[in-house]
Amino acid sequence: MGMTMTQKILAAHAGLDFVEAGQLINANLDIVLGNDITTPVAINEFEKCGANSVFSKEKIILVMDHFTPNKDIKSAQQCKRSRDFANQYGISHFYDVGTVGIEHALLPEQGLVGPGDCIIGADSHTCTYGALGAFSTGVGSTDMAAGMITGKAWFKVPTAIKVILKNKPNPYVGGKDVILHLIGKIGVDGALYQSIEYTGDGVAALSMDDRFTIANMAIEAGAKNGIFPVDEKTLEYCKDRYQGDLQVFEADADAEYTRVIEIDLAALKPTVALPHLPENTKTVQEAKGLKIDQSVIGSCTNGRISDMRLAAQILKGKRVAEGVRCIVIPATQDIYLQCLKEGLAQIFVEAGAVFSVPTCGPCMGGHMGILAEGERAVSTTNRNFVGRMGHTDSEIILSSVAVAAASALTGVITDPNDLD
Amino acid sequence: MEPKGRVHKYFDNVDTDVIIPARYLNTSSHSELAAHCMEDIDKDFVKNVKQGDIVVAEKNFGCGSSREHAPIALQASGVSCVIACSFARIFYRNSINIGFPILECPEAATETKAGDELSVDFDTGVITNHTSGKTYQAQPFPDFMKNIFASGGLLKSIMNAK
Repeated sequence: MGMTMTQKILAAHAGLDFVEAGQLINANLDIVLGNDITTPVAINEFEKCGANSVFSKEKIILVMDHFTPNKDIKSAQQCKRSRDFANQYGISHFYDVGTVGIEHALLPEQGLVGPGDCIIGADSHTCTYGALGAFSTGVGSTDMAAGMITGKAWFKVPTAIKVILKNKPNPYVGGKDVILHLIGKIGVDGALYQSIEYTGDGVAALSMDDRFTIANMAIEAGAKNGIFPVDEKTLEYCKDRYQGDLQVFEADADAEYTRVIEIDLAALKPTVALPHLPENTKTVQEAKGLKIDQSVIGSCTNGRISDMRLAAQILKGKRVAEGVRCIVIPATQDIYLQCLKEGLAQIFVEAGAVFSVPTCGPCMGGHMGILAEGERAVSTTNRNFVGRMGHTDSEIILSSVAVAAASALTGVITDPNDLD
Repeated sequence: MEPKGRVHKYFDNVDTDVIIPARYLNTSSHSELAAHCMEDIDKDFVKNVKQGDIVVAEKNFGCGSSREHAPIALQASGVSCVIACSFARIFYRNSINIGFPILECPEAATETKAGDELSVDFDTGVITNHTSGKTYQAQPFPDFMKNIFASGGLLKSIMNAK
């Protein structure tokens, strides 16, 4: 029996020729990541157990992205604690206001993660880097602390689901629609403890940004990781960018999968997830007409440059509907700057949207767009749980950038194909 | 370890955003986190919970964010154990890593009602419902996890081994 792509990466990082599903292994880590919410808890644990050194100054990455620019005194304290720790241990990759971006857009962009890497991050959306052909998974703060001390993490080798993507998506259908469709099909625990491995001729039709969006939301199906094969687009993306030792792994032809799912990209329609679970999916045609108070375009799921360009294309020369607050958040400083250079920022402001500095902000109800009782948002973020963006009696509808931008213009959930 | 306590019962997909809402994640103080535990799903939880109580839920408990603040808040509230049909994987890791015992047992989880009195034997995996008189067998923890509990958490087990 062969190994899946994920199993091969794990075996290589555990110094083993072969691993099988269910096996407990101790893997060497290429990157250990934390943010301004999870790092302070990791530092507490690090100090409590008497540790006094880190395994590497270059392989730990601390990104102050959630409640920054500091939204209150306590958040400022948490960043200060993280900053002091980085200074004390000489951690070179410390991203603070001015250089910071949303971690899962920032790390690939800066070339800090790449194909074949084994990565843990104390943030559930760390699975995003699977788009690059890396094994990458979210953990908690104690795992992060252990990783910072030893450079290792324990894993149970996962089984896998194979998702075969076929054909090419239609206009206004992209990565977000693919992943929402999949979660709707298998449920929020449909891939619990498992890998999702993407394959098929449809992969080539998806941009890297689409793949990041799809890998990002593997956790919303309960998965340990979601991973894409490395192809020309991946190598092109990594060229002149990725600083590590690039290694390409492929699943064996006789690798075992517990389930095989086919998705015809050409048949996919713009898809949304209604409150309060990402599995409550409908096509936008089934959901159209629902009134919204806010439209959020950004996050680690959909705040990349292609997302900004698509939003600008739809908003250009038009006005956000009266009574709707449209918040556009580029994920990193580089994307922000590109938006300025290409005139996208001007398009957003002239359309009546606000254009924010990079931050996770409203996605988890932090700041920069909290909902009041009874309000409803359409959002390109990744979770629509009760109270996620504010009041427990507010609602979130998850969507692609195209749907969020089109809906901002009309004030109701709108299929971008229906715009004039 | 053999905790015994009264049951607080929940159902499917209890996510970490309701266990401890993100608006309280600007602190890592265990007592401050405990003060808001479960408040978006059960406003009276903090008022009603007593030392040793047991949380029982059904599918996919702890899904969503990786925040370790979620098992920390439950543990600091006095909860001695969580029993569910299944757990989200990051919540599962985090609980084991901080030495907070949680057990998968679909039969016990679905049959147990709010207010029942339960006890759990972690060595054998036997769950006893003292209200209904029924017992259930959960998978006992593997030695690797028992070692983490015995050490008082993952980091202490790592430092002990150094």
